[in-house]
Amino acid sequence: MRYRPILLFLLILLCFTTALGQEPTDETEGPPDTVVVDSSLLPAPVTNLQARDTEDDNGHSVTLTWDVSTDDGSGRDDVYMYMIYRSMSPEGPFDSVGVAMKGATEHVNSSSKDRAQPDFMPDHTDYYYQVGAVTVGGLITRSDVAGPVQSYGQFFNMGRIPVFVFVVVFCALVVFFVASARKGADLYVRPLAGIEAVDDAIGRATEMGRPILYVLGLGTAEMVATIASFTILGRVAKRVAEYQTKLIVPCYESIVMAVAQEVVKSAYADAGRPDDYDEDSVFFVTSLQFAYVAAVNGIMLRELPATNVYMGKFFAESLLLAETGSIAGSIQIAGTDEIAQIPFFIVACDYTLIGEELYAASAYLGREPILLGSLKAQDLAKAAVVIIALAGLIATTFGWPGFAEALHVEN
Amino acid sequence: MRREIPLAITIFVGFLLIFSVFFPPVEDLGENFSLFFDIIAVFAFFLGGGNLVRIHGKKLLKRKPDWAFSIVTLVGFFLMLAAGLFKIGNPGDISSNVTAEGSLFAIMYDNIFKPLGATMYALLAFFVASASYRAFRAKNREATILLSAAFVILLGSTPLGALLTSWMPDSLSILEIPNLAVWILSSPNLAGQRAIIIGIGLGVVSMSLRLILGVERSYLGDEGA
Repeated sequence: MRYRPILLFLLILLCFTTALGQEPTDETEGPPDTVVVDSSLLPAPVTNLQARDTEDDNGHSVTLTWDVSTDDGSGRDDVYMYMIYRSMSPEGPFDSVGVAMKGATEHVNSSSKDRAQPDFMPDHTDYYYQVGAVTVGGLITRSDVAGPVQSYGQFFNMGRIPVFVFVVVFCALVVFFVASARKGADLYVRPLAGIEAVDDAIGRATEMGRPILYVLGLGTAEMVATIASFTILGRVAKRVAEYQTKLIVPCYESIVMAVAQEVVKSAYADAGRPDDYDEDSVFFVTSLQFAYVAAVNGIMLRELPATNVYMGKFFAESLLLAETGSIAGSIQIAGTDEIAQIPFFIVACDYTLIGEELYAASAYLGREPILLGSLKAQDLAKAAVVIIALAGLIATTFGWPGFAEALHVEN
Repeated sequence: MRREIPLAITIFVGFLLIFSVFFPPVEDLGENFSLFFDIIAVFAFFLGGGNLVRIHGKKLLKRKPDWAFSIVTLVGFFLMLAAGLFKIGNPGDISSNVTAEGSLFAIMYDNIFKPLGATMYALLAFFVASASYRAFRAKNREATILLSAAFVILLGSTPLGALLTSWMPDSLSILEIPNLAVWILSSPNLAGQRAIIIGIGLGVVSMSLRLILGVERSYLGDEGA
């Protein structure tokens, strides 16, 4: 009996430490002994919780949908987020695997596809989900358990069928027109003023005895705009070699420089003047945007090129370059697919290739039937896009949503 | 073979990446190929640095015009390289961060490079003014429309624009200058931009097909076709 006070003390201590170690109040786990929660303060749970495999993906992902708590946006309006719980058994334990904002009715529980990662979620395994409505005060009410659900991958992304159809049709058009061109069909393509000016500009440089400056932009070698610029550089370099004019190509990136060197060298060889190729004409400057601008502007003001050609990816430096070229009195031809920079080139340059004209330019410059065939297909596809856009406009205006839905692209 | 092997690689990788868009089992290939490119790009840094030293070294040795600028370039290049490689002035040992406060690299970057870069960027304001002056001259009908639209947008962005037309009744609120500016940007301007974006999309697909099918080969240093 003399140990009774000690036992009592230990019992009180045990109760106290147990209470301290409790998680935040959670209805499904029952309130802790020492915390009294008024059940009327708990938020209403989400309802109609559904779990299904995420469509058109490579597996390892489950999509949850639910109807929001009646205390989210109405009722007491004290729900501010939803907690997502996942378990491999309907009885639990459930782990928190994500959150959704107030008002959300969907959550995609995606996991790593790497087995070594802690959040890896194997496919073809049963999972159970709960969604907890959380109030500003931290009170949580969990929904009923949804599941079992299994994630698995699909072979084809059905949501991209319209894009797939378009790509196939466009490929067929390109192949058809290229084949027609090979057979000798006479293909008319629209004139591009900027490209027609290239020959005149090179001639002007030759007459003035000044160099031509070719800027490939700030794009990396894998960008389509830079690749288009390489092809234009090849054509320009060939003309330059024929006219025996000096060419200057300052590069922003090492790989771009290596490719540009090869392109120019080959152009000189094709023009029958391989010995005229100056290996120092294509050189690396720096990979820092404004340092590059400073260097190229310096070249413009020292060398006073007769013609500046800007083709590729450009950003904030577009106007800095084009205005300096304008001050230096050069004829300027520009082309970019960066929509924000097009206005700057239009106001500061003599000729500007707008958007897709940059890609058409290489085919147009070469005047080779096969390349012109692809250009013809491109023009036809543009006409098709215009017709589809008009049809969509009419269908939507007259309340026929089926047309737009058929062309809708998921993810 | 010098042309055929790169062409075969282009065709194979090109089709593989197209498939990765439509077939989820190979969708990660796009990211993986980007990683390959990044790895190759690291080695290309040596190529760029080597070219820079060679060009400016040659210019210096042969006393070509403006050779003095090459001294500045080479000194800047080697000083920055040494500061970064040997972590000169770093508070910690060789394993410390290259941009740690107090290091020579950080001092030069913060006190030389950044102000020079900001100066270049600041020139944009003056160039915008001079380019606008040339562009907004009402030489013909199109230029006059451009000038009018620009004037409305400029005025609509200032308190004066709102003040000038604040007396208008609610039924004519669309004609208030700030609303007119918003309408110009969100309707005719956006429509034009979208048309260009669609054209760019088609151009990219067309160009990519020309590359993948081997019709366009000039990026390989070949005239193609």
